[in-house]
Amino acid sequence: MTYLDLFWTFFKIGAFTFGGGYAMLPLIQNAVESRGWMPLSDLIDFIAVSESTPGPFAVNAATYVGMVRGGIPGAACATLGVVLPSFLIILLVAKGYEAYKKSRLVKGMMAGLKPAVVGLIASALLSLGRAVFFPGGVSASAFSAAFWVSAGIAGLTLLLALKKKHPILLIALSAGLGIAAGYALGLPAA
Amino acid sequence: MQLFFAFLKIGAFTFGGGYAMIPLIQREAGENRHWISEEELLEIVAIAESTPGPIAINAATFIGKKTAGVWGAVCATLGVVLPSFVIIAALSAVLRSFRSVRAVAYAFFGIRAGVLALIARALVTLVKKCPRRAFSYAVMAAAFASAAFFRVSAIWVVLCGAALGIAAALLGKEAEEA
Repeated sequence: MTYLDLFWTFFKIGAFTFGGGYAMLPLIQNAVESRGWMPLSDLIDFIAVSESTPGPFAVNAATYVGMVRGGIPGAACATLGVVLPSFLIILLVAKGYEAYKKSRLVKGMMAGLKPAVVGLIASALLSLGRAVFFPGGVSASAFSAAFWVSAGIAGLTLLLALKKKHPILLIALSAGLGIAAGYALGLPAA
Repeated sequence: MQLFFAFLKIGAFTFGGGYAMIPLIQREAGENRHWISEEELLEIVAIAESTPGPIAINAATFIGKKTAGVWGAVCATLGVVLPSFVIIAALSAVLRSFRSVRAVAYAFFGIRAGVLALIARALVTLVKKCPRRAFSYAVMAAAFASAAFFRVSAIWVVLCGAALGIAAALLGKEAEEA
């Protein structure tokens, strides 16, 4: 049942993600949260791992979630699920792609899809941000040393990210800052 | 077989996925092997963007199918997927046991904050790709509100966005003709 569930969930994710990359993030977050597959913080850690390893985010994420839930067979089911929709659709579209590309309906669909995906990613960013900054929920005591360190790292990396510095550099920098601040302030190792 | 190895190489050396893969595809499938022309590559990117699924998979399937039929598509797709599959499967086993180390826990504490910045940058890039019209901003706001405050599932938001886009295109056509 787990295998079928993994396959079907990632099949849906593959079929409804347009634009690749982080467009898939809100759908994966939805699935992981609603099924209780792993804590949100694990998913965030994994985004960093995926940025530092080769291959598309979708395949990496499917493999990881599948692996955690059902070992290698689970990983195979999830990856097959996420790949199959695009594979089948491209095989169909490859024949009549001139017509597909020029179709007014396809253009209209994309004009609606792109901003919808932007809204979804913004919403995913909000939930992930809540999990990062307020792991124990929002309260007066949540504004601890850990909160300010996180906020500082996020602000600094955002500045560098907007200057188009390489993602792996940013991940290495935030890891270094995390280690330095962790030992210097004696933060609890969550 | 050639398709499989060419895409194995592409899959193994692309960090960050998606658009990072395009220059490699250009070199491997275009300049080195003449499977596709420059123009065809641009078309493949356009198609990959407007069909569901990761761009890498779309491009591999398309080029494989064009060069050697359905089996070519299977080989190319398998090639592009295999490196990440193997690497992540191996890593995920190691990752969990490492996390109990204090320094690693601190490193991930820092990384989580950094990842937010990476997602924020992806968001900025995507916003720039949307047409600058009131329609785009309205859909963005509606999608954000329904996902963030009303917990609507992402699939429904995507479907509604597509439907709204099609409706707007049809209405716009009538307005042009009138």
